[in-house]
Amino acid sequence: MGRAKLPRKSTNIDMTAMCDVAFLLLSFFILATKQKPPEAVTVQAPTSVQSKAAPEKSILITLNKDGKCFLMLGDDTKKKEILKDINTTRGLGLSEAELAKLNKMAFIGMPLGQIKGILAINQAIPAEKLDGIPIKDSANNELVDWVRSITNAYAGGSQKDLEEMILIKGDMEAKYPQFKNIKYALKKNDIYKFRIVTNSETIPPGSELYNKPKDQKTNF
Amino acid sequence: MAEMDTSSGGGHKKGPGVKKPKKLSTRVDLTPMVDLGFLLITFFVFTTTMSKPTVMKMNEPKDEKVEDQMKVKESAVMTILLGKGDQIYYYFGTLTAEGASQQFKSSNFKDIRQIILDKKRAVPDGDKLKSDLMYIIKADKESKFKNIIDILDEMSINAIPPGHYAEVDMTDTEAELIKLTEAANGIK
Repeated sequence: MGRAKLPRKSTNIDMTAMCDVAFLLLSFFILATKQKPPEAVTVQAPTSVQSKAAPEKSILITLNKDGKCFLMLGDDTKKKEILKDINTTRGLGLSEAELAKLNKMAFIGMPLGQIKGILAINQAIPAEKLDGIPIKDSANNELVDWVRSITNAYAGGSQKDLEEMILIKGDMEAKYPQFKNIKYALKKNDIYKFRIVTNSETIPPGSELYNKPKDQKTNF
Repeated sequence: MAEMDTSSGGGHKKGPGVKKPKKLSTRVDLTPMVDLGFLLITFFVFTTTMSKPTVMKMNEPKDEKVEDQMKVKESAVMTILLGKGDQIYYYFGTLTAEGASQQFKSSNFKDIRQIILDKKRAVPDGDKLKSDLMYIIKADKESKFKNIIDILDEMSINAIPPGHYAEVDMTDTEAELIKLTEAANGIK
């Protein structure tokens, strides 16, 4: 007896619909993501279980693995004031044009004495070639002057807002004394609270923090 | 579905000598395009969630005069020293000249969590001594930035309340002891 033959169906599927979905999702993700601000100095941040989102406007003090210190003034409204302040307090003698040029730089990473010379070169210098802001010890710590100018510029606002803006981003391999000198610069200007940029890490299961009720976990 | 009729035939017959122009299919295989789309999606999903910077709060004490410094009970204190090569050294109470070699112990970041926890649990909850519990963290000049963040993190992981741990400068005796231990353990 002959069996009834099943009709062979084509294995070709119409991919148009799937293609539509894929590109719709793609465009959604591209539009929904915020562009990461360009990083002038590459730093491998350590991990921490404390994971609060970083503020958008920030004053970022970066410490790279060679122990060089860089300052990024993220708040454009006050940047000019800060630069003007340090120009007068430290007597740098920068002209208006030079200040405007300094204002355009993505980060500051040179000793105060070198600023004029670097501005004269008229081209961007990569972070590795700069000397960084000197933070050798308490006697030779120019970050103290920078932080003073920052506090002067934000003098009208609340201390808490300023504290929330100050971020320290250190490389994992950076040595402790440099970090201590950064802390010294902040403490010298009466800033006792600041934030450290970290990558988030999961809380180890079974630890005391893990067992805490959820609402207390973020309450450090 | 959006398909075009590509079948020939059904049309009127032409003469035997006339060649029919071959009709090409307008269907394109979209599979590679779908692959590409999803590849890009995966890329975007991964890069966005991974690069979210987070912050850790830090509170520093005001620099006070030595006389104003907080006194802590000796029995409730654990001092944690951070050394070269991700090494940790610790001791309980105060170091005495003759007992230093027994008091001074070395550890690493893996084991320190349990040691911190044991110290915390040594005093039952609700005991008056619990409020005296204190961890003192001292970082050697050879220790890395990562080490100090990690140890502060251990404090959070073990739910040590703020105010029960502090970062203090290292004394010369401790630095000397670390150097000796490092030499003995062959840590470079």
